[in-house]
Amino acid sequence: MKLYDGGKIIAGLIVFVALAAFPFFYNIGKANPKPEPKLDTPAIRQWEKQYGKKECIESKAYMRAEHMQLLNDWRDSVVRDNERLYISTTSKKHFNMSLQNDCMQCHSNKKKFCDECHNYLAVKPFCWDCHIAPKEDEKS
Amino acid sequence: MSMDRRKFLKIAGISSVLGLGASVAQATHNIWSKGLGPDQVAQNSKALKAKHWAMVIDMSKFRTDADFRKVADACHHIHNVPNFKTPDGKVDIKNEIKWIWKETYEHAFPQQENPYMEESLKEKPFLVLCNHCENPACVRVCPTKATFKRQDDGIVMMDMHRCIGCRFCMAACPYGARSFNWTDPRPAIDPRFENREYPTRTKGVVEKCTFCTERLAVGKMPACVEAAPKGGMFFGDLENHNSEVRKIVKTRLTVRRKPELGTGPSVYYLIGGKDHA
Repeated sequence: MKLYDGGKIIAGLIVFVALAAFPFFYNIGKANPKPEPKLDTPAIRQWEKQYGKKECIESKAYMRAEHMQLLNDWRDSVVRDNERLYISTTSKKHFNMSLQNDCMQCHSNKKKFCDECHNYLAVKPFCWDCHIAPKEDEKS
Repeated sequence: MSMDRRKFLKIAGISSVLGLGASVAQATHNIWSKGLGPDQVAQNSKALKAKHWAMVIDMSKFRTDADFRKVADACHHIHNVPNFKTPDGKVDIKNEIKWIWKETYEHAFPQQENPYMEESLKEKPFLVLCNHCENPACVRVCPTKATFKRQDDGIVMMDMHRCIGCRFCMAACPYGARSFNWTDPRPAIDPRFENREYPTRTKGVVEKCTFCTERLAVGKMPACVEAAPKGGMFFGDLENHNSEVRKIVKTRLTVRRKPELGTGPSVYYLIGGKDHA
């Protein structure tokens, strides 16, 4: 079998493979640090003092996996059905279904809580196009 | 086991129908079973409830420009409505967003202008807002159900998350009650009046008055009603025959905007009011 213009083709292939593989070689051995969302806010400390434990409206595992679905359901419930209080299935406490006025009261550290994982996973939820994010110290 | 062609095709056909049917049923079940259960939701015990929220505006109580401005500002500040200005400080008409505003008589009540009419009426500005119609044209045209009529209290609501900015509702609304966000509204919100408990809107969505549903839900009257001059605005349940709005509508001559269109506005105007409506 004869390969016409073999030199050019093989050179081209080598250049292509080198370019395509460059990001992998470039980042080899450099793992991005694992995201570590912080729960250190005044409201959460206050909650811990009052109830003796840190607890979100649902279990940590549920919140971690399903918070986006829960927020979607909250939106439908508030906007469409005018049902604005959420009853926790774990603690039976009542919560105001509001990202801006309830979630962010405790999680007032949006940069260290929301953005920490969202940036790591390169997801860009558009919550903050409309909802007003809590004011944060630039240093913290 | 031997099988003839006819039998094979029959079995293959039946199994594919069953398989497809099951997957469709599963998908439908997944979609419908989402959402919060009835034991997961509750309402604030202070929430104001009605079967048909309606408003009566007594125009005789609005005497000065300041009366109008106070009401519009109360609403616009609470709801983070932007205030777009042109470089020379005038209202930027192209970008203007309004939930409640001042309109001339001829614009508020077209087809009711007589060549010679009461001078005071002809020159009189009117306070106008979304009419929360019984039969809203905006809801019929919305392709995403972003705007809809709440069945339990008749408020015409917007779900900003679903609005795709097609502006069909703006074309359909005969009252001009809807405004479109041509640009990001945030830079035009005066930080002095920003309400950090209410969202802003984003570029590319339509917005309008919501009869303050977020305030009704915690037992407060709409912001405009609170800011209005004494006896200037009434808000209540039109279905309840003991409510103030129902009593006024029953005993006084009120007008609605463009009733001939059949939209059934829920905002009633008293033209020449006495001291207490």
